[in-house]
Amino acid sequence: MARIGVFVCHCGENIAGTVDCAAVVREALQMPGVVHAVDYKYMCSGPGQAMLKAAVRRHRLTGVVVAACSPRMHEATFRRAAAGADLNPYLCEMANIREQCSWVHDDRDAATRKAADLVRMMAAKVARNQPLQPIRVPVTHAALVIGGGIAGIQAALDIANAGHRVVLVERQPSIGGHMAQLSETFPTLDCSQCILTPRMVDVASHPRITLHVCSEVESVGGFIGNFEVKIRRHATGVDASLCTGCGACVQACPLKGTIAGDFDCGLGRRGAIYVPFAQAVPNRPAIDRANCLRFKAAAKQGVAPADCAACGKCRDACPIEPKAIDFAQADAVVSEKVGAIVVATGFDVYTGARPKPGDPYQGCGEYGYGEYPDVVTGLQFERLLSASGPTQGRVLRPSDGAEARTIAFIACVGSRDNAKGFTYCSKVCCMYTAKHAMLFRHKVPDGRAIVFYMDIRSGGKGFDEFVRRAIEEDDVAYFRGRVSRVFPQGGRLIVKGVDTLSAEPVEVEADMVVLATAMVAGEGTRSAARALGLAADKDGWLSEAHPKLRPVESATAGIFLAGACQGPKDIPEAVAQAGAAASKVLALFSADELEREPVVARVNRSGPPEYSTCSGCLACKAACPFAAIEIEEISNQKTGKVIKRVARVNESLCLGCGTCVSVCRSNSIELCGFTDEQVFAQINAT
Amino acid sequence: MGMELLELDDWSCCGASAAHCTNRKLAVCLSLRNMALAEEQGFDTLMAPCPLCSGQLAAAAEALAGDPGLKAQAEAAVGSPRGQGVRAVNYLQYIREHCFDAVRDMVRRPLAGLKVACYYGCLLTRPPRLVKFDDADQPTSMEEIVRVLGAEPADFPHRTECCGSGFTQSNSKAVVRLCRPIIESAKAAGAHAICVACPMCQMNLDMRQRDVEREAGTKLDLPVVYLSQLIGLALGIDRKELGLTRHFVSTVRVKGA
Repeated sequence: MARIGVFVCHCGENIAGTVDCAAVVREALQMPGVVHAVDYKYMCSGPGQAMLKAAVRRHRLTGVVVAACSPRMHEATFRRAAAGADLNPYLCEMANIREQCSWVHDDRDAATRKAADLVRMMAAKVARNQPLQPIRVPVTHAALVIGGGIAGIQAALDIANAGHRVVLVERQPSIGGHMAQLSETFPTLDCSQCILTPRMVDVASHPRITLHVCSEVESVGGFIGNFEVKIRRHATGVDASLCTGCGACVQACPLKGTIAGDFDCGLGRRGAIYVPFAQAVPNRPAIDRANCLRFKAAAKQGVAPADCAACGKCRDACPIEPKAIDFAQADAVVSEKVGAIVVATGFDVYTGARPKPGDPYQGCGEYGYGEYPDVVTGLQFERLLSASGPTQGRVLRPSDGAEARTIAFIACVGSRDNAKGFTYCSKVCCMYTAKHAMLFRHKVPDGRAIVFYMDIRSGGKGFDEFVRRAIEEDDVAYFRGRVSRVFPQGGRLIVKGVDTLSAEPVEVEADMVVLATAMVAGEGTRSAARALGLAADKDGWLSEAHPKLRPVESATAGIFLAGACQGPKDIPEAVAQAGAAASKVLALFSADELEREPVVARVNRSGPPEYSTCSGCLACKAACPFAAIEIEEISNQKTGKVIKRVARVNESLCLGCGTCVSVCRSNSIELCGFTDEQVFAQINAT
Repeated sequence: MGMELLELDDWSCCGASAAHCTNRKLAVCLSLRNMALAEEQGFDTLMAPCPLCSGQLAAAAEALAGDPGLKAQAEAAVGSPRGQGVRAVNYLQYIREHCFDAVRDMVRRPLAGLKVACYYGCLLTRPPRLVKFDDADQPTSMEEIVRVLGAEPADFPHRTECCGSGFTQSNSKAVVRLCRPIIESAKAAGAHAICVACPMCQMNLDMRQRDVEREAGTKLDLPVVYLSQLIGLALGIDRKELGLTRHFVSTVRVKGA
């Protein structure tokens, strides 16, 4: 006979404010099998857990129901407590009377009745629960890091330095990410390249890091400790094992200096074979097939690029034998086995340009980005400020190359603007706008810098002092108010706005307008979310397992998040999160085996094997999304003759989704911990 | 163009600014009445030449869809449960979405050599949530139509500024201040005429132009024509029939080469 204990949590006021917990306890004592029931203010606290353990021992409980929050929050906590009192943890269940009851109801009587019903259902299930033993699986001590920005670089170095192999995948021809595009960094004004490029070199020269650039993760299979990853290495037209990075091909390209490149945000010009920037890692060029004369001619003639006679000047210029330029190079798919994955796919920058069909955001047409060349984004302005940028650090207008004398900076372009599709703050713009205005004033001492802002968010070490310095020492004019319109007039830009502190309209004639545009979850982050099946919020930022207590873990075990793929972040935050993700990976790699939840499907095999009710139709095999169903042949033990073919679940692959259970025609598969008997008892309890 | 334009029988004023600034329920009811009439008379689209009217109709439809209590009250006041199935559009939107190809095929006298400043004003594309047409701040639809007529659109930045027509009687000084940069920048862009698709803009920019000239101390002489008049000209319709002889600023020079 079951002996069940019920523990009702108040969760402070969260539950007790709506549910009469004492009434739930009284009701629970009447339920079949319940021999003990108690309520307490914080059941998850130390005293609460001690209370649970003591009750298990004193009342010789065979099952526990904790009526509290969501099992996602504290199931593990209470199962550990039960195990501490020598009760099999799978005999402890949670009834969610917070998220699914007190938080969503106002009527105290009805909520109390519902809470009691939820407890009754769980008590009926627990009475039928069976003890389960965790499954032990081996852990592959290698990690995949997706994204080679500062977060990915930091995570890769931390894991590799601890002695484990790392596979780093980057979509672009070089690692470095957006940080490599920045000029100076707030609030210290140290040079972004100077602090980043040594780390890039560390990655390339690390014996335990395998770097794949121009590559994307195509698919991910398996589970924590045992992921199988397929990586597509896009053909670059350059054999990286032969190339020495001399740059002769880049110089020979007839299109040199004609194509607007991504790295300079369209402001600089490169050739069809190019290295994105001088400090690129690896220092290997790649061919831009959409623009290369030879690839274009080959496509037109319908021949292979290797057989085409057009151009080929880069190959002629290559001083190596055999030539490193290989027009016949094809994409390669590489398979890797890893135990953990760090996603560090970063962000993109919103521009405010006219939206393309399917874009989730509205444009900011009133600022004229994309219409007037002297309206640029903050990232473009970084390139203009950068000593290695298209203007060697001089603030020259894109339209005519004249030095800008007056610049208007507009904060919160997109960010915090529900009408444009954004509800969030991009967090870094207040700071980089102050930095931009300051650097411009340093470069053009008699120039005017004007900032239009909503309010200044400068929370962070040394941040507010930095903004004050821009205002007080560098004479940057700050207007609290929005800009309604930017339009060209007489070769300059008229910026119409308002100063809400003096309630006066403001009109500024500027040479350039810099938009502090929002950070958005980039295509890299969206495609990683698709390949890995990760959850994202409405804006596309990847969801962490718990917003406060598990900020670097995804909801999928073994997959961790680092950097701005999870939400807008500045450099130190991205680095800190990457370090935290790396430490989670290292904790996982600290053992050779890990324990998995035994919630897996099992094919009914009680009695002599030939009596299994499985008919071997294998409908389950076709339905399984994780390829966890195998075929087992049952042989006569004496003659060895095959009697029957039945399905068998590979427990290390099964994720316990239950799809096979629902398609099985002979009812021969059950999900451990969620058997038909248990679930129906739960449903029928009320 | 293969379609018949019918006037809604027994239509009433939408209340425009007077109603929606003072009594939301009244504004919704006035619009619902016209939409209910349209549905009863078998229409699925209600095209209003004035973008404020079409905007008011769309705003009422949105308010009714999101508020069952208001819907019940408004339906009781109007005395009809109908009107929800009617789509309100403005003139520019209707021409661009339904008549573009027909206009192109019917052009008889292309307006070659005519440079036209396409002026949208504040309401043709706004608020984008209700209008759901073109880009609110950098629209292109009127330029596309003007190009099809054989004319050349002038690139001027004040295309979606407000001309202040709501205050043309009560505060003509403010209106002159708002109209002046619009007319001046269209002129500076080399336009021979301003093309509009809002009767309030047309009236205001045309009628107040003399005041703007007095303020600026210079002759501007920039005709302000309705989009339908330009289309009519390119289709070969008589100038008098198009009302081009009844403007404040002479439209004599609005023609193809």
